[in-house]
Amino acid sequence: MRSGRPSLWSAAQQVASAFLVAFLLLPVVALVITLSWADFVAGLRHPLLLPALRLSLLTTCTSLGLVVVLGSLLAWNIARQPGRASRWMEAVTQLPAVIPPAVAGVGLLLAFGRRGLLGGFLAAHGMAPAFTTAAVVMAEAFVSAPFFVQAAIAAFRRVDENLLVVARTLGASPFRAFLRVGLPLAAPGLVAGAAMSWARSLGEFGATLLFAGNLTGRTQTLPLAVYAAMESDLRAAQVLSLVMVAVAFTLLLVLRRMAPGAALPVPGARGA
Amino acid sequence: MVRTCLALLLVASLPARAEGERQLTVFAAASLREAFAELGKTFEREHPRTRVTFSLAGSQELRTQIEHGAPADVFASADWKHMQALVAAKLASAPRTFARNEPVLVVPKDNPARLRSLEDLPRAKRIVVGAPEVPIGAYTVRILEAASKRYGARFGPTVETHIASREPNVRQVLSKVSLGEADAAIVYRTDAQAAGRGVEVIPIPPELNVVAEYPVAVLEQARESRLAREFVELLLSPAGQETLGKFGFQPGTGG
Repeated sequence: MRSGRPSLWSAAQQVASAFLVAFLLLPVVALVITLSWADFVAGLRHPLLLPALRLSLLTTCTSLGLVVVLGSLLAWNIARQPGRASRWMEAVTQLPAVIPPAVAGVGLLLAFGRRGLLGGFLAAHGMAPAFTTAAVVMAEAFVSAPFFVQAAIAAFRRVDENLLVVARTLGASPFRAFLRVGLPLAAPGLVAGAAMSWARSLGEFGATLLFAGNLTGRTQTLPLAVYAAMESDLRAAQVLSLVMVAVAFTLLLVLRRMAPGAALPVPGARGA
Repeated sequence: MVRTCLALLLVASLPARAEGERQLTVFAAASLREAFAELGKTFEREHPRTRVTFSLAGSQELRTQIEHGAPADVFASADWKHMQALVAAKLASAPRTFARNEPVLVVPKDNPARLRSLEDLPRAKRIVVGAPEVPIGAYTVRILEAASKRYGARFGPTVETHIASREPNVRQVLSKVSLGEADAAIVYRTDAQAAGRGVEVIPIPPELNVVAEYPVAVLEQARESRLAREFVELLLSPAGQETLGKFGFQPGTGG
């Protein structure tokens, strides 16, 4: 395309960039600078904070573990076996990413609740996951799995098929080829996917509230605590939010260390 | 893609209301949903070219929204605590009680824990209550304290360990029982009535119970303060009180 005024084009870019960057940055800056140190210290002693922090770390790490283990196997399966079944499975795993979290909560309740599709079966085996910590993990795994699986499929597809063939001709079993060749080569992509997925489950709110309820120490994660605190005390909500931001960035730094080559996103808590 | 977006934008920008129509925004406690829907229709009939919109949530949530400048004309709370906070902050004035309500115990219609009275509550394996900031949650705390004194030392701690969730408003509490997810919950009598046959009501002994008072006030920031005052008048009028009574509310004292 020809344009007689490249300067206008460049100005438009500058203005748009400045505007969007400022818009994205300002809320985070506001969280930090509108809070005095004394308020922050007082907020850290808020009774909702510690149980919610513990629960969030526990549940997001558990759901991440489940998603990474099951998701890696699924993604390897999809990436290595092209065909209609694979494409179909890939589409299904992406479904939760486009479903609003509140809808996910209703769906989980109708599937695993007491009167849900599997409710009777689960009850017969002594399980009633709704409104327990297990429900929090399920909600987080449900909403975050697509992010990891998608990244893992892409990473595994980039692994050179020839290297796997060589590994097999040298006598490695398919499992060993996956473990010693596939995984290391895909590692940066897997770590990036895990970070995205973890950030998504840390921010999970809607599905958790509907499927797991809101009970301090058992199902009230950090986002739910922020919501609860907001109703009585804005300062406390702000401190809880800052703690979430800090936790997110800390984990991101750890992951960066683990896989220096990975293009890691900045985790943001995606709300309901 | 672009064309679809433009089409959606066009649909979204269609005028939601007619030219010159006035809008009254009422923030009301979640328990008022059905009663206010009908009162809103009455108000719209009596005031042509006026539309009443409701924001229904836990009173504590509405109060926070008002404190942060949400554009509301009228606030109807399910307790005095949140109303008085707004009066103290000079955001509302001259609140008046327009209705009273009675907390009750509700169980799913098949009553899996086979509760017959409040005393049986520890038998319920999964109890859902309102969060302590929500009016129904605060009333529940008081009822359970009174019940613990009456029914012995084991009552309180057992009930406490069986609480599965503290919900952000009374309708979320109710839905857990109508869905059969909870064995028991404490909600208002009016909510139980709204849930119809999905739930069974067990009255709470009057000496252990509390009376929930609903105050209403015109907000200082109201843009339609005259309409707002007229809506409050409707609530307190015989016709308004009759409608509220139909939904199970007891008459307010007007004070």
